[in-house]
Amino acid sequence: MTTTATTGIDAAPRLSWGEWVDRRSGGLMVMPAVIVLLCFAIFTLIISAYLSLSRFALAQGGFSLRFIGLANFRKLLTGSQQYHLLGKFGTPGIVLWLVLSAFAALLVWLLARYLSRRPTVLGTLGRLVSAALALSLATIAVVTFAAGGVPGTVITTLLYVVVGVTAQFGLGLGLALLCGRPIRGRNFFRVLFFIPLMVTPVGIAYTFRMLADMQKGPFAPLLRAFGISEWSWATEAWSARLMVLIGDTWQWTPFMFIVLLAAIENQPRDQVEAARLDGANGWQIFRDITWPAIAPVAATVVLIRLIEAFKIVDLPNVLTGGGPGLATESMTLHAFIAWRTQDLGGSAAVGYMLLFISTVACVSFFNFVVHPARRFEA
Amino acid sequence: MTGQSRSRLARLFEPPSVEDQSPAGKVVTYLLLFVWSLVVLVPLYWALITSFEGGGEVDNGPFYLPFVDFKPSLEAWNFMLLENNTLGPYLNSVVVALGSTVLALLIGTLAAYALVRITFQVKLAAVALFLILLVAVIAAVAMFGVPWEIAVGVALALFLLGLITLVGRTRLAVGNSDIEFWIISNRIMPPIVAVLPIYVMFQQLRMLDTQAALIATYTAVNLPIVVWLTRDFFAGIPLDLEESAEIDGASKFRVFFTIALPLVRSGLVATFLLVLILAWNEYLLALFLSNAKAQTMPVLVSAQNTTRGPQWWNMCVLIVVMIAPVVVISSVLQKHIARGLLVGAVKG
Repeated sequence: MTTTATTGIDAAPRLSWGEWVDRRSGGLMVMPAVIVLLCFAIFTLIISAYLSLSRFALAQGGFSLRFIGLANFRKLLTGSQQYHLLGKFGTPGIVLWLVLSAFAALLVWLLARYLSRRPTVLGTLGRLVSAALALSLATIAVVTFAAGGVPGTVITTLLYVVVGVTAQFGLGLGLALLCGRPIRGRNFFRVLFFIPLMVTPVGIAYTFRMLADMQKGPFAPLLRAFGISEWSWATEAWSARLMVLIGDTWQWTPFMFIVLLAAIENQPRDQVEAARLDGANGWQIFRDITWPAIAPVAATVVLIRLIEAFKIVDLPNVLTGGGPGLATESMTLHAFIAWRTQDLGGSAAVGYMLLFISTVACVSFFNFVVHPARRFEA
Repeated sequence: MTGQSRSRLARLFEPPSVEDQSPAGKVVTYLLLFVWSLVVLVPLYWALITSFEGGGEVDNGPFYLPFVDFKPSLEAWNFMLLENNTLGPYLNSVVVALGSTVLALLIGTLAAYALVRITFQVKLAAVALFLILLVAVIAAVAMFGVPWEIAVGVALALFLLGLITLVGRTRLAVGNSDIEFWIISNRIMPPIVAVLPIYVMFQQLRMLDTQAALIATYTAVNLPIVVWLTRDFFAGIPLDLEESAEIDGASKFRVFFTIALPLVRSGLVATFLLVLILAWNEYLLALFLSNAKAQTMPVLVSAQNTTRGPQWWNMCVLIVVMIAPVVVISSVLQKHIARGLLVGAVKG
């Protein structure tokens, strides 16, 4: 329909069915994928956009949708639901303001550097959007983490993404480097370390709830010895967030590990050996040979993980139910809870904002990190 | 530095050869790997032994070793597998995961192959026209109550009219890399944005709570990954084989199924496994789209959190039976996964 292959220009006046199929094969091959994505992505995005702009109400014999413009977004960003999405604003001290202005200065400097070298219209616009989003998210983070503030679901999601992906990448890289050394049983470790990736996140959440049980978990005697068995991690904001992060890291470190290990095994062995003969130490070899060789792969796995990390929902939902308060609620969970309370418009609006943030973040990461990393290799 | 002058201590920190590492380094390496092995195994072990603890025992404090500090019982296994209806959701999970994975792989590899081998030129104006008409149709149906058959018919006629009259005169076109980027970027979309309309769509089609609905949705969700990972395998195979087959008169479809697909076997295995795992463990979409008949395992597991508190032992049985098959399959096909992901990640 929308795709026409260049091979498909009819030349012969009369074509048999088979010939027609063959000439149109390019279009026919892509068509199923395009149709599926049109139905499930484009179509649904448009409907969602419409939902986010309307108010849903149960009416007699069904439901009614009333168009209310941007009211749902206004409610979330400045109105009665602001505390839920953005959080409660506190009053940051001088140090936090300094950190924030340093971050703003950094963004301005990066923009200025780009503008001083042959900028394009599209590039400038994209960078402006990225910088604006980064700055506003940083501001919200600073203001809600300050004394008297309570972070909302945007910041919690961001925390999961940034801290979680960093931890997973660090651990995965470390393990891959260890396994990349000449050791015995590498395949054994590879199989073993891969397992957490295959466990369903719901199962992980329950298993970690059991492990962290203060009375009946495996570490209960230890906790009793320290005299903290009365304390519960689920009632404190930070310990609850930490539990979610631990579960997430347990599951996704293997993904980083497995791909990075394959990349390390793929690097030129002779270079490493030559460097070692020349007396280079481990750090030098890593910095000058291994890292450049695996950087493109590393950037790509982080991107893949980044895309998935924004969608986190099963762990916080099962592990803590989003509590205590809103402490562990991710944006997807926020949208889910809104849906459960029949607020379809609000749910779609939260979903749309998540879509916006994750798209800008992932595309920025692709353009500013993955792309340069690949060019660096070539 | 000569061999004789080395002290015992120095030898501990020096590798015996360039391919090896020093004894001390070796100890540290194995120690760290051992620690992480524990991190991986302890949760799994705990889930496994808890599944053998009968109802009352879990509450009596932590037990570590079966036969030593508690008597293992098959009570929970009996209950979950024989009395409780676990088999239904399990079968649903198997059918949905396998069905959607095979479908996604078929559709995705076809698209990936075509995008690698055939040059596309889609007029930007056609895409824009299509999108505008789509929005118009949805708006007309949703806001003004126009019957959808009429709206779609009118839009289709307008689209064809536009194609014939306007689109041919424009220049701007999207190429292969744009189509590819669009397909892959669909993965960024959080499922929560799509799930409400999908829910309404299947409700209108009276397909809520069916395996078919879940299969269709999972296929769409995992399609971008398939295209992303497999395109590089196709790009990697030499052209001459396919060309000679085409000269012999084989159609593109024939070339694809008989030559291209078998050549990328190991990449297919990796992609198949990854997509299978994702579909097998999917939770959010299943939560919306299934409730009794088509319930899948992750939803069943999360439903074990009853009002009397979670039934740990029963839940652990479910977790164990969910993990076991995937672990076995993946362990057997381990090598393919790493290689497959690597190719996808290097060129992506």
